[in-house]
Amino acid sequence: MKWTKKDLLDLESLNREEISMVLDTARSFREILDRPVKKVPILRGKTVVNMFFEPSTRTSASFDMAAKRLMADTVNISPKTSAVQKGETLLDTARNLEAMKIDLVVIRHMSSGAPHFLASRIKSGVINAGDGQHAHPTQGLLDMFTMREKRGQLEGLNVLIVGDVTHSRVARSNIHGLIKMGARVSVCGPSTLIPMGIQDLGVKVYYDLDKAMAEADVVNVLRLQLERQKKGLLPSLREYSQLFCVTEDRLKKAKPGITVMHPGPMNRGVEIEPAVADGASSVILDQVTNGVAVRMAVLYLLSGGEGSLSEAIKKEA
Amino acid sequence: MKELKIQKTEGRIIIKNGRVIDPANKRDEVTDIVLNDGKIESIGKAGDPDPKAQVIDATGLIITPGLFDMHVHFREPGREDEETIETGSRAAAAGGFTGVACMPNTTPVVENQGIVQLVKSRQTAYCGIYPVGAVTKGLECQELAEMGDMFHAGAVAVSDDGKPVTNSNLMRRALDYCRMFDIPVISHCEDTFLSADGAMNEGALATRLGLRGIPNAAESSMAYRDAQLAALTGGRLHIAHVSCAETVDVVRQAKRRGIKITAETCPHYFTLTEEAVKGYNEMTRVNPPLRGKADVQAILEGLKDGTIDCIVTDHAPHSHEEKEVEFDQAPTGMIGLETSLGLCWTNLVETGVLTPSQLVEKMSLNPRGILKIGNNKLEIGKPADLTIFDPKAKWTVEPEEFFSKSRNTPFKGFNLTGKTVMTVLEGNIIRS
Ligand SMILES: [Zn+2]
Repeated sequence: MKWTKKDLLDLESLNREEISMVLDTARSFREILDRPVKKVPILRGKTVVNMFFEPSTRTSASFDMAAKRLMADTVNISPKTSAVQKGETLLDTARNLEAMKIDLVVIRHMSSGAPHFLASRIKSGVINAGDGQHAHPTQGLLDMFTMREKRGQLEGLNVLIVGDVTHSRVARSNIHGLIKMGARVSVCGPSTLIPMGIQDLGVKVYYDLDKAMAEADVVNVLRLQLERQKKGLLPSLREYSQLFCVTEDRLKKAKPGITVMHPGPMNRGVEIEPAVADGASSVILDQVTNGVAVRMAVLYLLSGGEGSLSEAIKKEA
Repeated sequence: MKELKIQKTEGRIIIKNGRVIDPANKRDEVTDIVLNDGKIESIGKAGDPDPKAQVIDATGLIITPGLFDMHVHFREPGREDEETIETGSRAAAAGGFTGVACMPNTTPVVENQGIVQLVKSRQTAYCGIYPVGAVTKGLECQELAEMGDMFHAGAVAVSDDGKPVTNSNLMRRALDYCRMFDIPVISHCEDTFLSADGAMNEGALATRLGLRGIPNAAESSMAYRDAQLAALTGGRLHIAHVSCAETVDVVRQAKRRGIKITAETCPHYFTLTEEAVKGYNEMTRVNPPLRGKADVQAILEGLKDGTIDCIVTDHAPHSHEEKEVEFDQAPTGMIGLETSLGLCWTNLVETGVLTPSQLVEKMSLNPRGILKIGNNKLEIGKPADLTIFDPKAKWTVEPEEFFSKSRNTPFKGFNLTGKTVMTVLEGNIIRS
């Protein structure tokens, strides 16, 4: 099978084979990260532009590192340095980048659909690094990669997503990806943070965390934006943490060997107890490492992925 | 700029063999209309043909009192780059409208008699222009605008359209005050707390697309409030651009109770559902948003049973630059004057929801009746104000061909049946 898509915009538009292909490719790249020289010349001569309209340390560093590991040239644009501050439109920004003959654009944007907007108007490949509350496909992929690594397979796995599902692109990408791969997904959180019609995506909804955790093999804890309280979505953070914080106590009552994940950055003590975040069940740091491998795979596939992968990764820098 | 031809009428013109639909006179028959110096001389089989008369063969065409759109935005004064009264009135004439009511949310706002006069003074030979004045000064919902003065200068209604009158006490005063002039208060119903930051209809699709949703209740709850205030004051309330089932129900119940309430909807609310938003098509971003299938069904029923009195376009031109941005950053609104008749004929008449005569009621008789503008029926001796269209003409929507200055329509490429052939305004024949 060959990769045919120009862009990676969301996981909804990928089929099962394409998802497997990214995950399998990422496994080959994962091993490079343990070598003393962590570089292969796969994207030499290609240019990757990271456009982050929304602040992000983790994801932008991960993409930048992934591109550098493949020896691409990278350009990082943040809102502070970009002409967007001066009133330039997203379309103008894109056209200018295109005129500089770049190969791939990684974009994070506060508007849902912004990467789709860009992708339909430029020839370069577009990778969505998070758009509004819509999708964060590479996060979804790295979560699946980590689950597969820890649990063997995704088919039949019970995954619980806890927290602010309404505003979470991570949750949406997890849901679409996991269901396609045969996992069962449930969500749990305060009813004001569970969006209307989420059941239509094929998930089960819980409002009681203890009940929800009873069946889970994996619990993926979402970050709570603390200003949700001010917006009237929650009475208090204290009440939130009593109802929805993943604590050691709750973990003890769950299935033995349950895996705990978090996309970061964490509010320790609000959505996750420090002892859980740093405990034996946690794979949070593995997610970070795997994120680089998954993004290397995505960059490789979208840039044409020519030749045999095993040959390519044998080459040293 | 594209031109429309205007033929001044002198002497006799015989429009032969057209199907004349004139609901106010309960007329629907194939016959002739004779114009003499721009006035209607006779309706009925023309006897001895006047050898000097110009004959227009209207076989297969429908002739109605001129269509009227009581809800358009022509952007003048202030945003002449998007539309002017001149370009907007050309689009109106091309779409079959002989009159439009222009909403006051221009820059400056139509909030005093001077600006009402300014808008009226820009009237062209293509289309009658009827200004709507603001309810509150600057549309700021703080103080009432000079509604009486504006009425005397020619305003046919008042509205803060684009925004709701959030202060219910001010809305009560407006309805009460307007009783003195017997003009309607046109309400853009939107509870802005409920619609806050929303970009599309609330529901499973918005969840999937990651766009913030606007629930039906944002519209219907305010429609209910306003119906209660109309009952309290006895004022005339007109609900703008009804988009959802619950609002249709509010209007239906209020009418049953004898409240002075009328309502309008737009072609996009019975032609499209929220599904059109998929792919983040900025052209489909409107306020209120496109709704679900059940809402479309309710709108169709509301049109059929008379709950919804009028069809308007809410013609809202936006420049290409402003519209071609991220979906949730795009301004709301689409243009509609040149697609309205085709969409209505295709989706309401061909499907049997409305009879041709009922469609003419909603596009000509009722809006003129609500705004108390004459020429809503064919009368011997009066200047001719007619729309002539071909109900069988099949055409494809090509925005590049529009007379409007803007191109923001989601209907590009749609295949429609029914197209305007000519309009007759004050006896003058306008065609493209
Ligand atoms: Zn409005």
